[in-house]
Amino acid sequence: MTWLLYDGTFAGLLSSVFAVYERKLSIVRICTYSSFQPDAFATTISIDSDTTKAARVWKGLQKKLSSKGLKWIYYTYLSQLPDMENAMMSFIRLVFAAGGNVENDYGNPVVLSLSDITRKVGREKHRMEAFVRFRQTKENLYYAAVEPDFNVLPIITPHFKNRYADQHWLIYDVKRRYGIQHNCNDHKVNEVTISWNEGVKPGNESSEVFTPEEGWYQKLWQDYFKSTGIPHRKNMRLHVQHVPRRYWKYFTEKHLQ
Amino acid sequence: MNWDRVREKLNILSDAAKYDVSCSSSGSKRKNTTKGLGDATGMGICHSYAEDGRCISLLKILLTNYCIFDCAYCVSRSSNDQVKRAAFTVEEVVDLTINFYRRNYIEGLFLSSGIFKDPDFTMERLVRIAKTLRTQHNFNGYIHLKSIPGASDDLIREAGMYADRLSVNIELPSEQSLKKLAPEKKHKDIIRPMSFLNSAIKENKEERALVKYKKKMPLFAPSGQSTQMVVGATPESDNKILHTANSLYKGYNLKRVFYSGYVPVSSDNRLPGTSVQVPILREHRLYQADWLMRFYKFSVDEIIDEHTPQLDMQVDPKLAWALRNSHLFPIDINKADYEMIIRVPGIGISSAKKIVAARRFSKLGEYNLRKIGIAMNRAQYFITYQGAAITYLDLQPHIIREHILKGYNSKFLPKQKTQLSLF
Repeated sequence: MTWLLYDGTFAGLLSSVFAVYERKLSIVRICTYSSFQPDAFATTISIDSDTTKAARVWKGLQKKLSSKGLKWIYYTYLSQLPDMENAMMSFIRLVFAAGGNVENDYGNPVVLSLSDITRKVGREKHRMEAFVRFRQTKENLYYAAVEPDFNVLPIITPHFKNRYADQHWLIYDVKRRYGIQHNCNDHKVNEVTISWNEGVKPGNESSEVFTPEEGWYQKLWQDYFKSTGIPHRKNMRLHVQHVPRRYWKYFTEKHLQ
Repeated sequence: MNWDRVREKLNILSDAAKYDVSCSSSGSKRKNTTKGLGDATGMGICHSYAEDGRCISLLKILLTNYCIFDCAYCVSRSSNDQVKRAAFTVEEVVDLTINFYRRNYIEGLFLSSGIFKDPDFTMERLVRIAKTLRTQHNFNGYIHLKSIPGASDDLIREAGMYADRLSVNIELPSEQSLKKLAPEKKHKDIIRPMSFLNSAIKENKEERALVKYKKKMPLFAPSGQSTQMVVGATPESDNKILHTANSLYKGYNLKRVFYSGYVPVSSDNRLPGTSVQVPILREHRLYQADWLMRFYKFSVDEIIDEHTPQLDMQVDPKLAWALRNSHLFPIDINKADYEMIIRVPGIGISSAKKIVAARRFSKLGEYNLRKIGIAMNRAQYFITYQGAAITYLDLQPHIIREHILKGYNSKFLPKQKTQLSLF
């Protein structure tokens, strides 16, 4: 068994795919440096992230797949699920081996597994577009902390960029320790990391940071959340199904005073 | 802002608006081309869910709950002295909408109102709010305006210039019930604006199809019109309700008909009484039937007719249809048309599409079908597939029904009875 170890980037992953073909490896597994568990019988190869090689793999995929299949590959990468590299490798082998486009072959478990992972990541993307709660800071930055199941910040960027074009905003992924920040002067979104002051927990900042109106709008929203529900129809099972508890942490309407 | 006063108003006026069930924010085409605030393109977003499990997508409020009308089923009726009254100013609604939107709480505004003074006076205020949002605040989020029955065509036309969706509530499933419970509301005052909107929306669409630079051609209610009716306050059958809905879809191209299970808000003796349960299951079955008409290409007469005028509460309308038409089954998943596959209980639109796409590569068996995501507990009685056992295919419909019901575990259904049903 050969293990290819890469740095966790998309280019690194595609470079690993390149290596599989270049070295004609058949029994092979791909995994990131950080999640690799050393094994006495394994051969390991370190793969450098190489954008030229990655681009060649991507170009090859573009010839074989429609935008749907390409999206599957990218979303599967963003899922960061354990072993997603190998689900993807099986799919890519199938793609390059087949004569035609295989992405509609839902009877094939390899195809279906990528389509399923994509559905999950897509749902998380949609949830984040819905569940982000901005708070306005005194510097007029609309700031939100999130902890999505998957690494969806790269794919929610266009949505927030279009929608809040006239607003400075920052969405910070607490789990993955980076954020996306929009500057409305040049209308650009950049990935950022933040060095937090001692003792500050992201998502739990002091109210000093925010404008005085911020607290009022939160109260109004909490009031609205309560009064728009119909008590005669209360159905907590359905409620929790739509808004699973793990999202409540950053949910303004769930922090009732 | 006087925060405490605004808070009080918001509580009163969102409480009064919550019986309007529509909260959809989908289907519009408004882009943020001006680098302003917001967009409303394509898919709607539910930003939250209330504890009753309903989607919260829009800031849904009344401009005021003062009302000159006295509709028995409505909490804001003029004779109700149990309720506090309030009215927002134009600025307050605009401010709330913008600030909620900027915090990503909502997709936009759903604004309705009690009728104060007269319909035109009320409608003019609603239009002014939408206009202020669009023209002064460069707001491109979703706006749903209620079109007040009896308002003039000019005002409704102006409303359509700023709103994504307009709606006139038909209120009750029949004209007789409307006359009985809402004597001041005239059926024709509801139908007329619906019909006016239908032609104005169609006209705008046709004009836009002709022009090359669509940006220059203003949108008119790009997300269409919808309506709602209260279910369970009056004696109409499901047959009557669904036929009314069907004629609204066919006659006025409505995007949606909403069914609102009656919540007891009054002890008026024209109504079912205050202890009555909200007919949640019935409402659910009506929505299922509605979906069959809009997405599954069922005609209303296939779903329901005057011989069995009520929907089956135990099983969903698609399963009920399949049981009545058992002579059409089983169908072969690997051969049948798409139109027939979507009619199989337990197979939805997206699974059906996957099946049709996948079977070109290889014949599908049970394992594949389960993986694709169809509900085999229902579907297995109506399909054959690669390697299918023939166990179920000669079962009688009533036996199939019993089998399926045994597997159900819904909190809406009464505990399992052993009694056989009569058909």
